[in-house]
Amino acid sequence: MSDGPEQTLPLDAWHRARGARMVPFAGYLMPIQYEGIIAEHRWTRASAGLFDVSHMGQLIIAGDDLDAALEAVLPADLSLLKDGRLRYSLLLNDEGGVVDDLMVTRRDDHFYLVVNGATKHGDIAHLRARLPDAVDLDHLTGHALLALQGPKAVDALARLAPGVEALTFMTGGAFSLAETAAWISRSGYTGEDGFEISIAAEDAESVADLLLAQPEVKPIGLGARDSLRLEAGLPLYGHDLDEQTTPIQADLGFAISRRRKEQGGFPGAARIQHELANGAITRRVGLAVLGRQPVREGALVIDAEGNEVGKVTSGGFSPMLEAPLAMGYVPLAMAEAGTAIRLASRGKIFEAKVVPMPFVPHRYQRKGAAK
Amino acid sequence: MTIYYTREHEWISVEGDSATVGITDFAQAQLGDIVFVDVPAAGTQVTKGGEAAVVESVKAASDVYAPVSGQVSEGNAALEADPSLVNSAAETDGWFFKLTLSDNHELSGLMSAEEYKTFCDAQ
Repeated sequence: MSDGPEQTLPLDAWHRARGARMVPFAGYLMPIQYEGIIAEHRWTRASAGLFDVSHMGQLIIAGDDLDAALEAVLPADLSLLKDGRLRYSLLLNDEGGVVDDLMVTRRDDHFYLVVNGATKHGDIAHLRARLPDAVDLDHLTGHALLALQGPKAVDALARLAPGVEALTFMTGGAFSLAETAAWISRSGYTGEDGFEISIAAEDAESVADLLLAQPEVKPIGLGARDSLRLEAGLPLYGHDLDEQTTPIQADLGFAISRRRKEQGGFPGAARIQHELANGAITRRVGLAVLGRQPVREGALVIDAEGNEVGKVTSGGFSPMLEAPLAMGYVPLAMAEAGTAIRLASRGKIFEAKVVPMPFVPHRYQRKGAAK
Repeated sequence: MTIYYTREHEWISVEGDSATVGITDFAQAQLGDIVFVDVPAAGTQVTKGGEAAVVESVKAASDVYAPVSGQVSEGNAALEADPSLVNSAAETDGWFFKLTLSDNHELSGLMSAEEYKTFCDAQ
């Protein structure tokens, strides 16, 4: 992340014209909210929200022996990843710590990766250092990325890009969105059905205008993006995940494909295989906090004697449950659902209990699932 | 009755040695949706510039400081049931606490409505 003046994104003026409050995030000025976080959050769960996530890094990886090259840096089984399919994966360091989490898509003869905005430059350096010379990495700096999320996202988007309704969760394809070329996948970061739309930066305003003209759609800021992903139990890199945290501790074992768990051959495999066999000492869990007062990132998990045994990594207020929620790391012995947990924050003790995540059910359109 | 303002965006409405304290409309708009307010109980001694209350928005927790020293006579119980009163009526029904001033001279460093408006415009 740069410490200097923030850069602007292709939709900067568009956001300001729609009343957004802009704040520095990941080295960019980004819209934190328009009409208000709670209203935007509820609108997304009820209808469709338009998010500008152009700060995220969009990468193309192409070249010879590509699957083998990429499997050396990702713990995914790419032999199972068919054309037009996405997978959630991780960049790992040699100690098994998470360098970033990402989406990888097989697109014909190359892979398309979407990585976090705050970590993209480090990710690119990490990938360049570890990928063979015969593999090219292209950072799509001239692209914007929009997300349309919510139960009515499909109605709004199918009007402009017919055919997207046939996509199922974690698949994507090339579409014409009102004559603009777009790569559209059925994916997102809210727990809702929805789409992510990659377009050339110069088309961003016209596409955003078209989407916002649909009656189901309102613009949604980063504030609601954070509260939506928290309700959905989805970790946020730099908060719930970092280089000191392994995927097993983070309860992201699903991101490591079965063949890779057995065979290894990715960074940190020895540590991760050891944790798979013996358990990790801590685990990321969901916490329902009693009362009304939110508990924030940095709050301590304490045992009966008051010793610090863990920490809260994300915390806030759930607009859907109208209650405070958190996620954090607790010792494995305290990770079972229903376990009472004490938290210390701002000089006060809070009572909480471990609850399964997501806090609010996911509503993805999975292949073969009943409507 | 005179209303004064602080650089930390509290307002204090003073009548004799009694006063009512809250956060300004500017402050509530900056904080966004307020989901929790912790106000001091009657009898609490507060010190000018010291932490007196907590206000939590969806995004973050913020301290509310006492504009002057004194003894709290009442916390606004309505905020417990409906913290969004701070959003809808920051400078009226969304008041935080009432207190008895211990030293009226402490008011001299606070801003008038006009000075506060200039201060906010410069933010």
